[in-house]
Amino acid sequence: MSASARSGFGGVLRRDLLLGARQRSELANPIIFYVIVIALLVLAVGADAAVLDRLAPPVIWIAALLASTLSLDQVFHQDFADGSLEQLLLSHHPLAVLVAAKIAAHWLLYGVPMMLTALLVTGMLRLPDSALATLLATLLLGTPVFSLIGAVLAALTVGLRGSGLLLPLLILPLYVPLLIFSVGAVEDAARGLPVAGELYLIASVLALSICVMPIAAAAALRARLS
Amino acid sequence: MFTFLHKYGSPQHFYRLSRGLAPWFGGASALLFAAGLYGALLLSPPDYQQGEGVRIIYVHVPSAWMSLMVYVIMAAAGGVGLIWKVKVADAFARASAPLGAAFTFLALATGSLWGKPMWGTWWVWDARLTSELILLFLYLGYMALQTAIEDRRTAARAGAVLALVGLVNIPIIHFSVLWWSTLHQGPTLRPFAPPAIHMSMLVPLMVMAVAFMLYFAAVVLVRTRNELLELERNSNWARELAAEEAAR
Amino acid sequence: MPSPAVIEQFPHAHAARSELLLEGVSLECIRNDAVLFSGVSFALAPGEILHVSGPNGSGKTSLLRILCGLGLPERGEVRWRGAEIRSVFVDFVSRVQYVGHSDGISLDLTCAENLEFACALAAADPGRPLGEALDEAGLGHCSSVSARRLSAGQRRRLALARLLLIPADCWLLDEPFTALDPDGHALVNGFVRRHAAGGGTAVISSHEPVEAGGVPIRELVL
Repeated sequence: MSASARSGFGGVLRRDLLLGARQRSELANPIIFYVIVIALLVLAVGADAAVLDRLAPPVIWIAALLASTLSLDQVFHQDFADGSLEQLLLSHHPLAVLVAAKIAAHWLLYGVPMMLTALLVTGMLRLPDSALATLLATLLLGTPVFSLIGAVLAALTVGLRGSGLLLPLLILPLYVPLLIFSVGAVEDAARGLPVAGELYLIASVLALSICVMPIAAAAALRARLS
Repeated sequence: MFTFLHKYGSPQHFYRLSRGLAPWFGGASALLFAAGLYGALLLSPPDYQQGEGVRIIYVHVPSAWMSLMVYVIMAAAGGVGLIWKVKVADAFARASAPLGAAFTFLALATGSLWGKPMWGTWWVWDARLTSELILLFLYLGYMALQTAIEDRRTAARAGAVLALVGLVNIPIIHFSVLWWSTLHQGPTLRPFAPPAIHMSMLVPLMVMAVAFMLYFAAVVLVRTRNELLELERNSNWARELAAEEAAR
Repeated sequence: MPSPAVIEQFPHAHAARSELLLEGVSLECIRNDAVLFSGVSFALAPGEILHVSGPNGSGKTSLLRILCGLGLPERGEVRWRGAEIRSVFVDFVSRVQYVGHSDGISLDLTCAENLEFACALAAADPGRPLGEALDEAGLGHCSSVSARRLSAGQRRRLALARLLLIPADCWLLDEPFTALDPDGHALVNGFVRRHAAGGGTAVISSHEPVEAGGVPIRELVL
């Protein structure tokens, strides 16, 4: 990354973190939603020990998926409304780098808190301790993928009427591989099986997303704002 | 490449070309459908395990192939439209989507119909059926995005980005679902991929596959033409054309 | 584009072309299936201002979006120093400042933070201290006030302060006078006059006339 691109990346990251810090209540909403979804799922299937053992990994991941989808609408929405997005598009820095900074900020503001909350709720779900490290690893590798893929679709739907419903519709099918590998890894870890294979697969999904998604999101923004 | 696209990619040129080609594709497709169905329903033998029910594969397998092929074509057309700003490609991508979704739905429905007598249930979470279901979601998402964006040029370019992102994801989704199904179900019967397929079944299957492709070609040309007319309704050539048709 | 032969025939034409900063060549814009404008052409040399006027819905905003490269024209092209803007996009946007219909201001940042962010996005280093630009825009006392607490006119002033801070050859201003008081009008006219006198060019869309002293102003009515 050239010095100029670095300064553009740093500028956007700093600003988005500052904005996030000033809108703390909005940051909390997806987390609260996350905990509510987990509670509802448990209420629906019963708090039987045998059921919970089987249920903990998928519940944690499904709830994370839904909560992150909820937060994605925010990535570009405000900038679109106040015209800052136009200024980003007319910057001489590569747009993909600026978008990457926005994605990084989204992960720091939403992904990391969600990861920490997930660790807290494992206590309520009777996840065996042996699976805790694996759960953390899948979330660490997986939540950035949420932000990366999500940014493309958030860019495509920014400012559309009914984007609140359209975005989940577009994004959830794309999360399928992540869901399968992550839940598989946590289940295997709970059974005491090796999980390196799944973790490598999630890591490769992450690597691919890092390479492709910022560029795709930049193209999506240019397409939408023209 | 660029000049080639712009010469043959002009809406006007494409309109006249497709008007000439579409009936030929349609006619050829009808002939092959007749031949293929005759071969599939009357000439080919019933399967020794599956009985007469096996005949549904002559529709199921080609539509499953088409569902994937149309997505690739749609994403490719979208990419061409996005990079070289070719309107015909944009219209083509938009016109393909409902067809692809229809093929996907047909593959799912026939798979389900086949499943009832074979598996005793309408739906089995078989890896291919599940992948096909997710592909249907991708098509529906693409169409929903296209309708949500009012300006057609913006819609075309946004749709192209979505289709390309989907294209990158399809192999990963398919692999993950395959991995998932082996994990949860163990090896299942692979009904649609018998180790060796007899010529008496292979020939009608291939004839049907070509008939499906020609059907797609014919219908997508007609649909693209409609899209182009709507897209270009303000341009001179479209107005001249309308006047010409009215005079006829 | 004239063929090279034409340029050789008229060497002066070539020299004149390279002096032009911003050109629009038979631009046409279609929005939601209606032709907003077509055949719009102009050429701006350093020190010249283009004033775009026209009734509501005539495409002023669309024209400015096309000129800055955000929008795509249906036909025609925009040229920067003789080259199509998309072929020299990085160079082009480094030399252009666009103040659009929406101010491009984050309401949860202070005035100073908004300008700092604008500098981080800009190619050139700020030509002067941030406080000076705020002072001149009449916002000297608001530097650490959240933009949410500014009035519409003050937000407009903050957006225009970007122009003072970041050096650019070409300004594209969409309705810069909106929400401004008479003092603000005079301020913008003064900015534009100074910018033109320094060899800059500007395209200004507005229902009101631009009064920039002796600076040549071309009129374009959509």
